[in-house]
Amino acid sequence: MKALTVSKAVTALMLAGLVLLPLYSQLSGNIFILTLFTRIVILALAAASLNLIMGFGGMMSFGHAAYLGIGGYAVGMLAQEGVGSGFIQFPVALAASALYGLVIGALSLRTRGVYFIMITLAFAQMAYYVASGLARYGGDDGLTVYKRSDFSGLINLSNRTQFYYLCLGCLFAVIFLIWRIVNSRFGLVVQGLRSNEQRMQAIGFPAKRYQLVCFVISGMMCGLAGALLANNTDFISPAVMYWTRSGDLMVMVILGGMGTLFGPVIGAVVYLLLEEFLSQLTEYWALIMGPLLLLIVLFGRGGIMGLLGRLNRG
Amino acid sequence: MAEPLLRVEKLVRRFGGIVATDNVSLDVSAGELHAIIGPNGAGKTTLISQLTGHLEPHSGSVSLGGRDITYLPAYRRCALGLARSFQITSLLLDFTAADNVALAAQAHAGTSFRFFANARKEKGLRDAAHAALDRVGLAHRADVLVSRLSHGERRQIELAVALASKPKLLLLDEPMAGLGVTESQGMVKLLQELRKEVSIVLVEHDMPAVFALADRISVLVYGRVIASGDPAAIRANEDVKRAYLGDQHVVTHHV
Repeated sequence: MKALTVSKAVTALMLAGLVLLPLYSQLSGNIFILTLFTRIVILALAAASLNLIMGFGGMMSFGHAAYLGIGGYAVGMLAQEGVGSGFIQFPVALAASALYGLVIGALSLRTRGVYFIMITLAFAQMAYYVASGLARYGGDDGLTVYKRSDFSGLINLSNRTQFYYLCLGCLFAVIFLIWRIVNSRFGLVVQGLRSNEQRMQAIGFPAKRYQLVCFVISGMMCGLAGALLANNTDFISPAVMYWTRSGDLMVMVILGGMGTLFGPVIGAVVYLLLEEFLSQLTEYWALIMGPLLLLIVLFGRGGIMGLLGRLNRG
Repeated sequence: MAEPLLRVEKLVRRFGGIVATDNVSLDVSAGELHAIIGPNGAGKTTLISQLTGHLEPHSGSVSLGGRDITYLPAYRRCALGLARSFQITSLLLDFTAADNVALAAQAHAGTSFRFFANARKEKGLRDAAHAALDRVGLAHRADVLVSRLSHGERRQIELAVALASKPKLLLLDEPMAGLGVTESQGMVKLLQELRKEVSIVLVEHDMPAVFALADRISVLVYGRVIASGDPAAIRANEDVKRAYLGDQHVVTHHV
């Protein structure tokens, strides 16, 4: 059986688990697990979006959490101003993320390597401090979202199960889109640029505009995650844009397997579950988490997906 | 006389105090195979880089088909029909041979801002890739990752990539570099075929190959063209003999 590899089997199991989770939650009466996994699914969406530029595009953005904040604040600020419709909030969240991505990308993509990492980090920190300064919208303390986005009867975001499926649907849709993109003409160019920019220029591709478009698409996907996140916590604060949050997203991607379709999802599930359970065990959970991640990254090159792939071969 | 395909006029490029390209002028007419030879450090690669747009000259001009391209970025020159191979193989190692070539075809087949359809299933691109691979004799290796191909095969892929863009002018930077004897002979045979279809500027160290292939040869020494002419004239040229003292026997003996 060549078709069913270990990594495919694990991926399928995980996806089935995610789809059936609300059922389990209902049967067992464990509401907490649904809340936990809603957050996991949203951050998996953010990680998947980061993977598009980092894994497939070779652009190591260290400021991806900024989009979580931008998407979140779009929802929070509009709600504060009395615009409760999700049909307005979500498009605004996407448009704001696209605009931020366009400006930041155009500036950052002039640099390469470490400089690119540093400049994306710097811009995200700027966004963090701007949000902290928004006195009207809670400043440092953040902003409570009193009413979740209203999709006028189409779907009720205050219903836990419905909201979970909305998030999961968004995740699947984004992964489907990424799958189409990476195999498209555009996707091949972006991956070619990751592999050898000089060669791509020589055969006639202007590098920057392809990378910029990819950067913007990825940002919009993460902005969507931000809009969902604000609805999930009924709250948005500058903390979601802090650089450690960007680091978390990077770890999820690397842990799961850069440049693979489902790696970031596995990475997010494993990372956040570990965080959850280790933090219940001990206050010093990071002391266990750190070495554990180190081991996986050191010995499982290509992350968990890489590890599973090797398991299969031998 | 018709406008030459490629015209280089008084090109100058300095690196600090070193003049790597010193007032170089040369013409390549359509259908010609023009070889550029010169000892190590003569500035051959610097010259090529200015032709391809990877390096900007300090003065002088380069024109292709009558159009000034001196300061055009590399990707725009490519659209005008200029293709190159690299001295040190430069391919997408984690892509298959067919993908490498198909991407070159894609660059010249409409927009690449297509996000949804599977590019690997576009028949036009795949056919073009296979035709180019077939041309260099590597059709049977189409689906192998380039990182798994031998050095010689990669040199051939370089050529296939350049061909896939259907260029008017092919700039080949030492296509024989690092090839064994039989591989070199294969490459010479291949170039002999290709030159019927496309004009070629060939930078090469392999003297027998150069003298077997070239219509005209320009000799570059210390960034300057010291002689330019057909192989017989170059072989007889005293300046060239002096510049090539070590390699003299190669220049004079091979017929």
